[in-house]
Amino acid sequence: MSFSLLRSRGLRAATRTAGVRPVRSTLPAMRFLQTDADKSSPAEALPESGDQPFTVALHGESFHSYRCDAPSNEISITKDELVKMYTTMVQMRRMEQAADALYKQKMIRGFCHLAIGQEAVSVGMEHAIDGDDRVITSYRCHTFAVLRGGTVKGVIAELMGRVDGMSYGKGGSMHIFTPSFFGGNGIVGAQVPVGAGIALAQKYLKKKTATFALYGDGASNQGQVFEAYNMAKLWNLPCVFVCENNKYGMGTSAERSSQNTEFFTRGDKIPGLQVNGMDILAVKKATAWAKEWVTSGKGPLVVEFVTYRYGGHSMSDPGTTYRTRDEVQQMRSEKDAIAGLKRYILEWGVTDEASLKAIDKKAKEEVDAAVEEAKKSPFPDVKTFWTDIYYKGTEPPMMRGREKEEYHVYSQA
Amino acid sequence: MASRAALSKVIRPTSSSIRALSSSSSAAAAGSKIASRNALLSTPLARVARSEPKWLVGAEQRRLVSSDEGVTQMTVREALNSAMEEEMNRDETVFIMGEEVARYNGAYKITKGLLDKFGEDRVIDTPITESGFAGMAVGAALAGLRPVCEFMTWNFAMQAIDQIVNSGGKTYYMSGGNVPCPVTFRGPNGAAAGVGAQHSQDYSAWYGSVPGLKVISPWSAADCRGLLKAAIRDPNPVCFLENELLYGVSFPVTKEELSEDFLLPIGKAKVEKEGSDVTVVTHSKMVTHSLEAAELLEKNEGIKVEVINLRSIRPLDIDTIIKSVKKTNHLVTVEGGFPAFGVGSEIIAQICESPAFDYLDAPPERVTGADVPTPYSESLEHMAFPDTDIIAKVLKRHLYRQ
Repeated sequence: MSFSLLRSRGLRAATRTAGVRPVRSTLPAMRFLQTDADKSSPAEALPESGDQPFTVALHGESFHSYRCDAPSNEISITKDELVKMYTTMVQMRRMEQAADALYKQKMIRGFCHLAIGQEAVSVGMEHAIDGDDRVITSYRCHTFAVLRGGTVKGVIAELMGRVDGMSYGKGGSMHIFTPSFFGGNGIVGAQVPVGAGIALAQKYLKKKTATFALYGDGASNQGQVFEAYNMAKLWNLPCVFVCENNKYGMGTSAERSSQNTEFFTRGDKIPGLQVNGMDILAVKKATAWAKEWVTSGKGPLVVEFVTYRYGGHSMSDPGTTYRTRDEVQQMRSEKDAIAGLKRYILEWGVTDEASLKAIDKKAKEEVDAAVEEAKKSPFPDVKTFWTDIYYKGTEPPMMRGREKEEYHVYSQA
Repeated sequence: MASRAALSKVIRPTSSSIRALSSSSSAAAAGSKIASRNALLSTPLARVARSEPKWLVGAEQRRLVSSDEGVTQMTVREALNSAMEEEMNRDETVFIMGEEVARYNGAYKITKGLLDKFGEDRVIDTPITESGFAGMAVGAALAGLRPVCEFMTWNFAMQAIDQIVNSGGKTYYMSGGNVPCPVTFRGPNGAAAGVGAQHSQDYSAWYGSVPGLKVISPWSAADCRGLLKAAIRDPNPVCFLENELLYGVSFPVTKEELSEDFLLPIGKAKVEKEGSDVTVVTHSKMVTHSLEAAELLEKNEGIKVEVINLRSIRPLDIDTIIKSVKKTNHLVTVEGGFPAFGVGSEIIAQICESPAFDYLDAPPERVTGADVPTPYSESLEHMAFPDTDIIAKVLKRHLYRQ
């Protein structure tokens, strides 16, 4: 803003002396993406029954498109689904908060990247795709792991390194998988070409599924991301590249890392969509639209969800050295995704405050119970130190430990 | 897009007669409008009907007679090509991706003719983006396919090493056995001739150090056939390190080695030549030089050298080496890679930690590439890699027979 002011001042100053009337340079009207969580409204009266769909009009600025037409601003939803979304989002937040507490109690070690604040993205996406679609993301993966067929207990146990963890304690926070979810990846950006490869496999096997390869604003500048874009577009792969733009790559804001912060345009010839990632209905609509696009043979897409994380990059980052506490507070109080959905539910008369409070309570109890069960799970036996280095049955005769007398012999059946 | 769709069906010969390449290519060209198809018309590649033995690939093998004597000649190139073709015929999830593997028929012609036979859906030309396509090969493997990802040379794979090691090699372990990664990475490794420092490095030691990967370094045509087939069928990520200078070399192959299900076990070395005076452990091109040195020494000095072809870098067959050292009491390793932290260093360390140490009559020695970035000029380059003469010289010195 100030730059444009300076520009016009300078122009006037120059032309004053030259005596030429300045041509007024009109800046294009800046349309900012709307990032509130609660600006959608129903387009019709809500039906009586919980499973009957009704139309909701999303805010006009929920989508910005690039090289394509944005999806319409209408979404069809049921009251039951709204309540389900709320329940799941609350559960996910509770799980991440439990992980936070466990980390501080030193029951979780190493890395722990929490997605508190970004729940609308994972839950909204899950409501638009099915079990055959494929998802791969970065290390901020706990919520996806649960939503894609995992369990809260399985994730918490994995974080604590217990045998009941989804990777039996061998992977940790960043390496949790399900048949339709390929992690959980530790190297920034590496999951994007892997995701494109998963999409290649879907196309090769003639499956009508979409593959969602997620990465953050920080990873968006990685060379391998562009390599994946290139091949996905060249070969028309059913891959949706999803940039979860939470505005900070670790401690570096997007403006300080990226020459072009419009991440949805960085696919060059790949069409893109920028989406309000705080409104779960916008997320669901965009994801359904993207799935339809890529599975109908139109090639890949880049979808950017503009979201926010309240916590730091990970548990070792307070998250306040590179942004003000006011900013975090403001996002929490004004733009929270769960609060936004809650507002929809209450204002539209989907259900009452007491029911929502009951859901909150139940979610807390369920997560607490899962944590307790996970705590009871034992640590993995030393035998599993040696397993899964190679596919079962194809191991070499022995593998070496720390010294020549520490080795494991594999019994070949 | 239209051309790709036209080739999407696997092109298979249907009649029992041998088709000339021109007729099949023009059939493909008519449907596909690919101008460069004409380039293939001049290659002497015969199309063989299904009823004939399917291992016939390439003009040289047209001379082969299906006799029961069992010994015919096959180049390493043909061995790799036939191995890939057979595996692709056997398993529909096997496909090839890499730079120039399809329409160019392979930078070193290893994938010659495969595009014709299997179409562009299964033989995929990639852009020059190693990091991206190696990651995609890993992703395709995680999602249930069996990609064979070719690097034009393993030097370029350094761009992709994170995908090979971290995304590929470690995923099975980190997932607690939930997510296997049956990918095969292959390509020429080590020295070529006059290609300079950036194109001559040997990566056996680097990949050999990573648990979770299997690393193969074959020598003969039979090695290449059996081990590449085994690598493709193996459910682990495999690094298959070939050598460009061996591609055109012919080796005798038996009928058994030409059969479709000929597999060699990964992790087992082969005693190429039996001896009693000194054990030479080597791999890849250095097997040729070691065998030549062994012949020289036997003829001139009466020294009987036992030459062990490692075949696999990881798992390393230390048991075969131990057995041999107990017999000969002497160990010399020969490799093309840099001396520091190399394959030879590892073998000697393992032998010293094993019962074989007590059988040694002399400290074990290494013959390696020089600790120098490979120079270009021939007068310098020959000092960068071991050759027959230097191996023979070291062996004589090792046995105190200078």
